[in-house]
Amino acid sequence: MDAEQGWRFLETMLLMRRFEEAVGTLGARGAFPGHYHLYIGQEATGAGAFSVLREQDRIATTHRNHGHVLARGADPGAALAEILGREGGLNRGRGGTIHLCAPDLGFVSTSGIVGSVVGLAAGAAFACKGRGDGGIGVALFGDGALEEGIPFEAMNIAALWKLPLLLLCENNSADAWGMAKGGYPALVHAANDLRAIPGALGIPAIRVEGIDPFAVCDAVATAAARCRAGEGPVFIEAMTRRWAGSAPLWPELATGITDLGMATGETPIPEGPHAEWFARNDPVLRLARLVLAQGGDSAARLRALDAAVCARIGAAERFALASPLPDPATATDFTFA
Amino acid sequence: MTERQSYARAFVDALLEAMEEDASVSLIGSSPLGLGPQRGLTEEIRRRFPDRVFDPPTAEGGIAALGVGAAMAGARPIVDLLTGSFGFLAWMQVANEAAVAHLMSGGRLTCPVTFHCLEGVRGAGAPQHSQTLHAMLWNVPGLEIVVPATAADVHGLMLTAIRSPNPTFVCGHAKLLGHEVVMPDPRAPIPFGRADIKRRGRDVTILGISIGVLHALAAAEDLAREGIEAEVVDPRTLAPLDEATILESVSRTGRLVVVDEAPLRASAASEIAAMVAEKGFRYLRAPIRRVARADAPVPFSPPLEAAVTPGPAEIIRAVREALAG
Repeated sequence: MDAEQGWRFLETMLLMRRFEEAVGTLGARGAFPGHYHLYIGQEATGAGAFSVLREQDRIATTHRNHGHVLARGADPGAALAEILGREGGLNRGRGGTIHLCAPDLGFVSTSGIVGSVVGLAAGAAFACKGRGDGGIGVALFGDGALEEGIPFEAMNIAALWKLPLLLLCENNSADAWGMAKGGYPALVHAANDLRAIPGALGIPAIRVEGIDPFAVCDAVATAAARCRAGEGPVFIEAMTRRWAGSAPLWPELATGITDLGMATGETPIPEGPHAEWFARNDPVLRLARLVLAQGGDSAARLRALDAAVCARIGAAERFALASPLPDPATATDFTFA
Repeated sequence: MTERQSYARAFVDALLEAMEEDASVSLIGSSPLGLGPQRGLTEEIRRRFPDRVFDPPTAEGGIAALGVGAAMAGARPIVDLLTGSFGFLAWMQVANEAAVAHLMSGGRLTCPVTFHCLEGVRGAGAPQHSQTLHAMLWNVPGLEIVVPATAADVHGLMLTAIRSPNPTFVCGHAKLLGHEVVMPDPRAPIPFGRADIKRRGRDVTILGISIGVLHALAAAEDLAREGIEAEVVDPRTLAPLDEATILESVSRTGRLVVVDEAPLRASAASEIAAMVAEKGFRYLRAPIRRVARADAPVPFSPPLEAAVTPGPAEIIRAVREALAG
């Protein structure tokens, strides 16, 4: 393992985790209206993928976007203010949690229409190909997106026109109602292997352990290189572990605020329904254990890293809560450019 | 030098000029002029810009998504959805992606995509190839909606649509493709939200939408023979709508007939009638009349199709009613 790369991944993943813990805490106390989705459990996939994307790449993501936008470098204060519907938000409070969007960082629209994301990313790939600057279109979506029709149409077009489209499916359902129950993902999809869908269109489709940022990084780097070389789209299915708090609509911090002592050994792993999560499935604790295994001053470094991330999120929260609500007189602003 | 040109030819000229002017403009769609005799005119686009004309599979939702995403990533695609009826397959992408993106991003994202279709009663289209979209689209804030009626207008409005930073939906009509007018000299983009008075008259204002403009002009010619001078107003774009020109015309004539091929209920004619009733009631000397399609799917058999589709005869009848008070 490249230890420094591990630390970089961990910093990104901790930023995502502490951000989502802040969102979950604010959500639980009713600090913002509407339903929302957290990225907890999928941090390793996002950190690995974004580590190899380039500035000219154009990205489409979904309702579960917070981690993606942060990984690309969005300001956590502006992101949190957007979730709170504030004027200082990334999108001046017009989009909210489901639509965090940073076009200056290469994002196209962040859609809550799950299948749309694949189509929008195919369009981004079309634009990148037209410009010829080596950029690629990237679609980040969940397994649910493949239940809709647009991804099929978009993948077919991307395959026919050899668009530089990287399809990253973050499957967070496999152990929720799929493999763990003897099917895959039996309740909502007739296909018993999601890779067969792009596979039928001749799109190379691989599966990777979404809990391992190094594996995701390698897979995305290889796929992106293929896209950049003009060989057409590639599909990656990252298998992530379903987090217990990932209830439909209103998540709750079922596993509490992450205690890195469970990685250092200072905190014993509690008995109960989440023991498996703490011991094996939490990607943040897993990576923390890997970097700690390097020995030396790594325990102190981990504490310092977490303290810095927590300070950043604390500042973000103060900024977001201090940001004013938008002026009602501006409600129809930005209907047209 | 002035020359006569068909609607189809002017449409092709606009695309050629836009593609010449901006390398990010592309055409996604094989036959934006339908499958009729004008189809071959688009070959010139294909010949001059072979790398920027894309023949898609039968995937209206997919190409709409592609166009929207490409526009958000900096390209200026023209997405042709063929027959207006197929636009329903693209509805999510048009109404719930393109139209909302600018506001939803707090003004940080633009989506300069141009959608095009040939809508309406094209003849023997039966219910599933005769749908009219423009009124339904008008209930989607964030879209610019263009309804060109003549060659001169489609040329100038297409140029503006392609250059616009907003998502724009151009609703053409299959029965307009062969219609010819004298082109303006010089040719220039036509700004959105500028109605055009196609004929001056003192007795009644007939507002026509798309092919309704040609029906209105034909009706006005007939009425003139009996001494009734109708003014024909063409809004040219529904969103934005040039309310001032419409109200000014009604203030002079005191009577309004609105012609729209969309089914009557919640048609564009209904919205324009409501706008004039609200803002120009004091000008009206008679109730506003709406001439629109029957509220029924369009049947196949020719006499049935004709029975539900408005034309000059229905307009003349409505004008007589308006003049009677």
